[in-house]
Amino acid sequence: MPKAKVYVYLKNGILDPQGKAVHHILHNMNIHEVQDVRVGKFITLTFENGLTEEEVRRRTEEICRKLLANPVIEDYHFEVEMDQR
Amino acid sequence: MKFGVVVFPGSNCDHDVYDVLKRILKQEVCFLWHKNHSLEGVDAVILPGGFSYGDYLRTGAIARFSPIMQEIIAFAKKGRPVLGICNGFQILLESGLLPGAMLRNRSLRFVCKFVYVRVENASSRFTSKCQPGQVLKIPIAHNEGNYYADPETVKELEANGQVILRYCDAGGRVTDEANPNGSLGNIAGIVNRTGNVFGLMPHPERASEALLGSEDGRYIFESIIENFS
Repeated sequence: MPKAKVYVYLKNGILDPQGKAVHHILHNMNIHEVQDVRVGKFITLTFENGLTEEEVRRRTEEICRKLLANPVIEDYHFEVEMDQR
Repeated sequence: MKFGVVVFPGSNCDHDVYDVLKRILKQEVCFLWHKNHSLEGVDAVILPGGFSYGDYLRTGAIARFSPIMQEIIAFAKKGRPVLGICNGFQILLESGLLPGAMLRNRSLRFVCKFVYVRVENASSRFTSKCQPGQVLKIPIAHNEGNYYADPETVKELEANGQVILRYCDAGGRVTDEANPNGSLGNIAGIVNRTGNVFGLMPHPERASEALLGSEDGRYIFESIIENFS
């Protein structure tokens, strides 16, 4: 079945307190080479069979825009995997 | 005046709001279940605090698509009053009835305590019972109350007097120390351009009788009754 793998994350420039906390802990762990940490979401959408890649892309785009991401604070991108079996 | 208090799975301040309106303010009130397609003839809608749909995805993101919200969006667009408290405010943002969005508190902690907010605009229909600059003592209880909007939007809110409440100290000074969550401009409550949709993070229903430590929340409910009944 076709799958869309969606990544949702805070826009550049928007403070990510969660990422900051993780970054802070890395320092406590004596890991200093990481410059920045941003925390986001990873969402998998599994579609029904019989859709073209174009249809899956269009639908995923719509789902991201309307529900999965809040355009005020978040950006997103996604990859589509069409099942070859 | 007849109020409708919306109940989502996960709402937990619905009964508090109901109790204040009914027992203390002697108003007619009903609950509106999230699956309802009718507002049952109410004169004002209140979206109470809580964790609608478990705050899944983002706070308010799922509630925004519930059947009752479609009715509320239409109701608001007709100029009728809608008040969103805490999670209710988050739902109003997600619905696009108010501009901006909520980020996690900058402390990464759930903050539950009494705070002070200054009335920035006492001519709004939700604060007309207050004096300009009056300091209200009302509790907050949230994890995502860090108000954010792009600079253009914030400028517009400020210019139009849409910023209604700002976090401050007991003396009314708006300082960074008095900002409990990192909100831009210490914003605690905003109204839409037409002045009929109000969202705030503090819980006026938890500060409406002396027994609970403050009665300042009543100003908000009494203003609604004065202006919309």
